[in-house]
Amino acid sequence: MCAVRDLTKTYPAVRGRRGTPATPEVRATDGVDVDIRRGEIFGLLGPNGAGKTTLVRQLTGLMRPDRGSVEILGHDIVRHPERAARILAYLGQESSALDELTVSLAAETTGRLRGLDVRSARSERDAVLDELGLTALASRPLKKLSGGQRRLACFASALVGARPFLVLDEPTTGMDPVARRAVWGAVDRRRAEHGTTVLLVTHNVIEAETVLDRVAVLDRGRVIACDTPSGLKEQVAGEVRVELVWRERAPLDVPEVAALRDRAVESGRRWALRLAPEEARAAVAAVTGGAAFAALDDFTLATPSLEDVYLALGGSAGNVRGLVKT
Amino acid sequence: MSVVPAEVLPGSAVAQRDRVTVAEGGVRAVAELGARARLWPALAAVYRAQLSRARVARIPLLFVATFQSVGIMVLMRGVVDGGGEARAVVAGSSVLVVAFVALNLLAQYFGQLRASGGLDHYATLPVPPAAVVLGAAAAYASFTVPGTLVTAVVGCVLFQLPLTHLWILAAVIPLAGAALAGLGAALGLLAPRPELATLLGQLGMSAALLLGVLPPDRLPTVVQYARDLLPSTYGVEAFGLTFGADPDWGVVLLDLAVCAGVGVASLAVATWAYRRAAVR
Ligand SMILES: Nc1ncnc2c1ncn2[C@@H]1O[C@H](COP(=O)(O)OP(=O)(O)OP(=O)(O)O)[C@@H](O)[C@H]1O
Ligand SMILES: [Mg+2]
Repeated sequence: MCAVRDLTKTYPAVRGRRGTPATPEVRATDGVDVDIRRGEIFGLLGPNGAGKTTLVRQLTGLMRPDRGSVEILGHDIVRHPERAARILAYLGQESSALDELTVSLAAETTGRLRGLDVRSARSERDAVLDELGLTALASRPLKKLSGGQRRLACFASALVGARPFLVLDEPTTGMDPVARRAVWGAVDRRRAEHGTTVLLVTHNVIEAETVLDRVAVLDRGRVIACDTPSGLKEQVAGEVRVELVWRERAPLDVPEVAALRDRAVESGRRWALRLAPEEARAAVAAVTGGAAFAALDDFTLATPSLEDVYLALGGSAGNVRGLVKT
Repeated sequence: MSVVPAEVLPGSAVAQRDRVTVAEGGVRAVAELGARARLWPALAAVYRAQLSRARVARIPLLFVATFQSVGIMVLMRGVVDGGGEARAVVAGSSVLVVAFVALNLLAQYFGQLRASGGLDHYATLPVPPAAVVLGAAAAYASFTVPGTLVTAVVGCVLFQLPLTHLWILAAVIPLAGAALAGLGAALGLLAPRPELATLLGQLGMSAALLLGVLPPDRLPTVVQYARDLLPSTYGVEAFGLTFGADPDWGVVLLDLAVCAGVGVASLAVATWAYRRAAVR
């Protein structure tokens, strides 16, 4: 239902003026091909600056691509960007247009601007606020809410005036588990009842694993992998994730530990490694027996997660520690 | 999480939305487009939302605008000696309130909205650009009503002018408001950076202050030309004329008509600027 072909967008270089350094041109999306099927929850995963927002802004008609095509439900969005607003609802990363409105007025106004009459805008507003547990906050201005509450209120606005396609740019940023659950519940309900398709930008790999039907991993403007979460995980199936936590610092005088260091992603006292099963067994034996054990605080063994997939794909030259913001 | 395969979705919702057209390459489904917001309801919705945010955030600024105008009139009392000059001062100070809010604050608002990506919200809703611009302009213009009225009444009392024809404000505020708000919105949307939008808005307001409040006869010729270019001037003129003992209503109407014409033009420019800013 949404076909993207060879989508390319380069932000032009900006010449530096006094006090501001010049910025080189950035190819934010680079020949992206994506196919989203109807009724699917499709994820875009990738590190900061990978080009996720740039990609969805081109899908929503907000930005004209340099090259390539976008077709949503049979409509050519590059040629008719104004049609996007009549097919999809977009939740952007910014909320400044709604900030000074109350939750209830933000939702109602957005519904009316999606073509609802006053009566249906109000009843849909009430239903959505109730569904998301926002009724108690309805009369508060968005500006005076906490970050997660504000995000939830913006999400509510995106749902008033139903659309067959939802494009959500990091909808759950800053939300607690209850609010996140409300978001996924609402998304799921719309999919089950109306066949709504969802394109979701996220950093949260754990969420991605549980919610998404398929994921495209974006890195420096390119799709480096696209599959179901479990399909992606099969790519690193033969591997085990080992995490070691040292009491103070790693005992590098132990040769086995020193040998592991090259393969570890270090963050403070924490080492994360991806190893073949027999290597993992050997490593655990080495650190739990002998001299290294005194320096070890904790260790975990786990089957690979989507995060490991991302690391295995070599996102951003291998120096990225993972997709979960820390 | 329930995983619903695309093929077994409830048929009704899907089927109703689609009609199948035959393209060269074969059969493909083209979904019907969702509803579009019509101009007037959308304008009303934007107006209501903008008025509510202006109410929360801008009341202190309205006080500032009113005090500024009243202060100017008090100052000018020592300078002008009644008659035509007094009328010009009162009319100019009253319209200055409109300039402060409609031009200056609206330029700031649109400048910031554009810089922070807030325009995306409106641009991804099926709403006519004119509804967004006109709704915001109308809200800011109507927000000036109390301040303008207070200024006009205080001015009349200060300079002993008749209150008889103050009803003309019912025409002056919307028309001057349209002209100035259109200008403010256009400046805010066209300025490459938000600081520049703020600066332009304030310059515009300073121009309205200098060119509208100071009696025109005392200004140099060049400045008088600049005065003729400023959209608020015609509102000031029309309002000033009505303080006379026997106002020439023909001229008043003509001034108001010019104001309306400028208003239509500046709102058209603002709408064009919005379209330009919304899709990049
Ligand atoms: N307006 C802009 N002008 C110039 N460069 C930009 C602009 N917006 C984004 N970029 C650059 O384009 C690249 C992609 O940015 P984009 O916002 O699409 O990333 P993202 O994947 O959404 O990141 P995040 O996870 O932080 O939201 C980045 O390198 C960014 O610096
Ligand atoms: Mg982003």
